[in-house]
Amino acid sequence: MDIFLQQIINGLVQGSIYALVALGYTMVYGIMGLINFAHGEVVMIGTLVTITVAGSLIKAGMPVALAGLAGVSASVLVCMALGWGLERIAYRPLRNAPRLTPLITAIGMSIVLQNLAMMIWGRNYLTFPPLLPKMDFEFAGANFTAIQVIIVLVSAATMGGLLLLVYRTKLGMAMRATAQNPAVASLMGVNINRVIAAAFVIGSALGALAGVMVGGYYEIAHYQMGFMLGLKAFTAAVLGGIGNLGGAMLGGILLGIIEALGAGYIGDLTGGFLGSHYQDIFAFIVLIVVLMFKPSGLFGEKTGDRA
Amino acid sequence: MSEVLLKAEAVAKHFGGVKALQEVSLTIRRGEIYGLIGPNGAGKTTFFNCMTGLYVPDGGGFVFDGAPLIADAPHQAAERGIARTFQNIRLFGNMTALENVMVGRHVRTKAGVLGAMFQNAATKAEEVAIRQRASDLLHYVRIEERADDLAKNLSYGDQRRLEIARALATEPKLLCLDEPAAGMNATETAELRELIEGIRRDGTTILLIEHDVKLVMGLCDRVAVLDYGALVIEDVPAVVQKDQRVIEAYLGA
Repeated sequence: MDIFLQQIINGLVQGSIYALVALGYTMVYGIMGLINFAHGEVVMIGTLVTITVAGSLIKAGMPVALAGLAGVSASVLVCMALGWGLERIAYRPLRNAPRLTPLITAIGMSIVLQNLAMMIWGRNYLTFPPLLPKMDFEFAGANFTAIQVIIVLVSAATMGGLLLLVYRTKLGMAMRATAQNPAVASLMGVNINRVIAAAFVIGSALGALAGVMVGGYYEIAHYQMGFMLGLKAFTAAVLGGIGNLGGAMLGGILLGIIEALGAGYIGDLTGGFLGSHYQDIFAFIVLIVVLMFKPSGLFGEKTGDRA
Repeated sequence: MSEVLLKAEAVAKHFGGVKALQEVSLTIRRGEIYGLIGPNGAGKTTFFNCMTGLYVPDGGGFVFDGAPLIADAPHQAAERGIARTFQNIRLFGNMTALENVMVGRHVRTKAGVLGAMFQNAATKAEEVAIRQRASDLLHYVRIEERADDLAKNLSYGDQRRLEIARALATEPKLLCLDEPAAGMNATETAELRELIEGIRRDGTTILLIEHDVKLVMGLCDRVAVLDYGALVIEDVPAVVQKDQRVIEAYLGA
């Protein structure tokens, strides 16, 4: 029983991170039908920027809390600029190209960013500076740490904020209108270039937050870490129904829990043949099952909705 | 303020070898209801699309409200004061009627991305104003009781009204209606006519593309006839109706 509860908690934490990253995929897809495969790399750069900024400020003697805040802010700003730049330089010139072209460009951008990160930060694993005091809590036989609590709370608040933005503000309205019909939205005075740029910038800001969380949670980072994280988050977005915000959130959390439970029980299920380091297979089993039986995902709309 | 609102000067548009528009020049005056008619394929909608920036004309251009229209960005046409509805209704189906109209307010409001993210007081006040103005417009076209229904669930006639409300939300100087009476029965057409006259009374100039010749002749102050992409005549309805070339264009020579 306690391993079950423990894995649910671990899954919820991991799933919150997936959900934040998945939102970046789903926002861009919802508005322009592009799968931005470079998004995982944006998250990676978010982590690495935090390490550099917060790490060097702490070394320079700044209080940890202040240094952490500066690191997070820097990471969000850098990622927003990066998302804006990606759209402006790599995707906007291909707005009217066949769908495969921007997709391949996205993969290309992912490789470019990985190598750029390798040149800046090197090939070695980097340690994430300890920004939070180590605190453990216990609940019904399951343990969790302060950072886990913070990850879940910050993700929930961020996602709530995003929903408010999309469903309550003028910008959100313009985004939804552009998603449904860019040509008509522009005739109603919506500057669709600006709306698409906003989707990239906001998605990247969420990615940066996720990057900080991943770094803080695992305490190490590496220039290739964005690849697997990006694939998992993409799986989460597909599971929830790509293009659907609520779907990405639920898909992320579900995927995190499935993975954690799978990792917790795979040893027992296979009589010790496979260990918990095989947890990655569960995400991709989910992806394959969804694509086979419900390609539109849990909340996905039928295709052909875009006029 | 000049009396002329829109001047089209020798507008031309080709699709491959097809001359969809051949140097069409016409003038729309402030406050009038201007009809643009012609047989199917005469170039009426192409003319609309050039004017609103969906197509870039191959020749000629438009002067709107005293300054040339830059023809490659639709949202700029909306900013300058041109709004339109569509022959085949193009609403944002999965948004509510009210939200559809709120999108139209976009161009007349200021709050940007930063305002939306940080939700300052000015942004919030603006959101409230947008919502209020949008419900007023729904009331104006008399579908306020459908405000919270998804646009795709509205009846055909109500969808047409919603498109007009959405276009009016941009506060246009020129409202372009592309076959607003298409598919309407006699009662609905009569109601539509009342609505269009009301909009003109409230100060908006109207450009009307229509197949329903009776509606056009009864409603418009002046009428232009297009045939095979060329302007046949531009005059008051009484003259146009009797013009031999128009009769030929419609009945076949």
